[in-house]
Amino acid sequence: MGLAILLIGTRKGLMIARSTDDRQTWAVDDFQFLNQEVYSVALDTRQDPPRIFAGVGTGHWGPLLTYSDDLGKSWTEPEEPPIGFPQGSDASVDRVWQIQPATDQQPDVVYAGVEPHALFRSDDRGQSFALVEGLWEHPDRPKWTPGGGGACLHTVLPHPTNPDDVLVAMSAAGVYRTRDGGATWHPANRGIQAAFLPEDQRFPEFGQCVHKVAFHPDKPQRLFAQNHFGVYRSEDRGDSWTPIESGLPSNFGFALVAHPHRPETLYSFPLQADAERFPPEAKLRVYRTEDAGANWEPISKGLPADPYYAAVLRDAMVADRGDPAGVYFGTRLGEVYASRDDGDSWSLIASHLPDILSVRVAEIA
Amino acid sequence: MTSRLLLPAALRRYAGEEAEVEIRGGTLGEALDDLAVRLPQLERRLRDEQGQLRPHVLMFVNGVSVRSGSPMETPVGDGCEVFVAPAVSGGRS
Repeated sequence: MGLAILLIGTRKGLMIARSTDDRQTWAVDDFQFLNQEVYSVALDTRQDPPRIFAGVGTGHWGPLLTYSDDLGKSWTEPEEPPIGFPQGSDASVDRVWQIQPATDQQPDVVYAGVEPHALFRSDDRGQSFALVEGLWEHPDRPKWTPGGGGACLHTVLPHPTNPDDVLVAMSAAGVYRTRDGGATWHPANRGIQAAFLPEDQRFPEFGQCVHKVAFHPDKPQRLFAQNHFGVYRSEDRGDSWTPIESGLPSNFGFALVAHPHRPETLYSFPLQADAERFPPEAKLRVYRTEDAGANWEPISKGLPADPYYAAVLRDAMVADRGDPAGVYFGTRLGEVYASRDDGDSWSLIASHLPDILSVRVAEIA
Repeated sequence: MTSRLLLPAALRRYAGEEAEVEIRGGTLGEALDDLAVRLPQLERRLRDEQGQLRPHVLMFVNGVSVRSGSPMETPVGDGCEVFVAPAVSGGRS
């Protein structure tokens, strides 16, 4: 592995960590975007030079979607606003929750998920984004409600070989999928329980509070979802879901990450409950399944033994493409832990940061 | 019809490090439309894409807050001072 770049978006700025020794040690740069929340980061390595994106909340001055072509030394903000609702649409972008480069077949396409619930698409590698009207005009939209974090479209999963097939996840609207490049969308939540609704309404067509969806690119029909109460697997790209939570200490949590090479392996960071957003038993542990959710094992080697009361947010855990895989997570206590052995053991690579909102990693050739 | 837009330190980088810039128009909305042409990165930090004042931005025309009513209809012109400030409400965490 050459240069590995780890982006750490926090409540009060962005840090970039770099490793040149196969992820054994990491050097952390100075803070950027001081005192501004960095809810979303992305590393687009499909073209040279690689492009880093950051979705920055500037507090008073609105959201900012910016990029760097020199690995974070300088940042570009286009003259024209890169992202925004069309005039007259009676909406404005509050926050950029997700920046997702599309597949290798579409090297100029980048998606952005925002609050309020909307998807934007760029066809010029992030210079400018256009609203995906098919989702915005969906007849269900007036009934979508915000989750605790807001009315966010927080996950975008393009199919690895079919560009017309894109899946999004929204709190608290659920999972939606298009098969025609975004013109039409349909909810994909059958089997997912909305435990916060009255008992006779707990399996609606949409309205679930999905927290994260993950999948392995070699097996795009198989999806995993962490919901607000419930962990699920789909074998038909969201047409139906079955619970896989029986081996976990809790069915609540946010982060969910697929292994880069093994479609059966998944990492989760469960929390005690929605009203107790701590690691179960206050033990900082990652849970791993190697059989697609049938069994889960806690991993704690290298993690603190003392009681730990900070959560891991939905975009604050990620895996690289190394072999063995590197897995990384940042906590709301401002600590970043990394594993370079598929999650078997962990080490602390950054600490005393503001609470961590987003983590992404990539190898730079 | 030229007014002076007085900027807080956090926004001066979008105005060539100047503490104030001239804006032209008979209403605050027209003057900010003019600003959007000349300094778009500055203007979009004051208004959202629908032309509305951002929720945590305060503006005072000759010392009077424009928050209530229709801020963009506020008359401005020669000799007017438009003072911009970040509201304390936007300073969470």
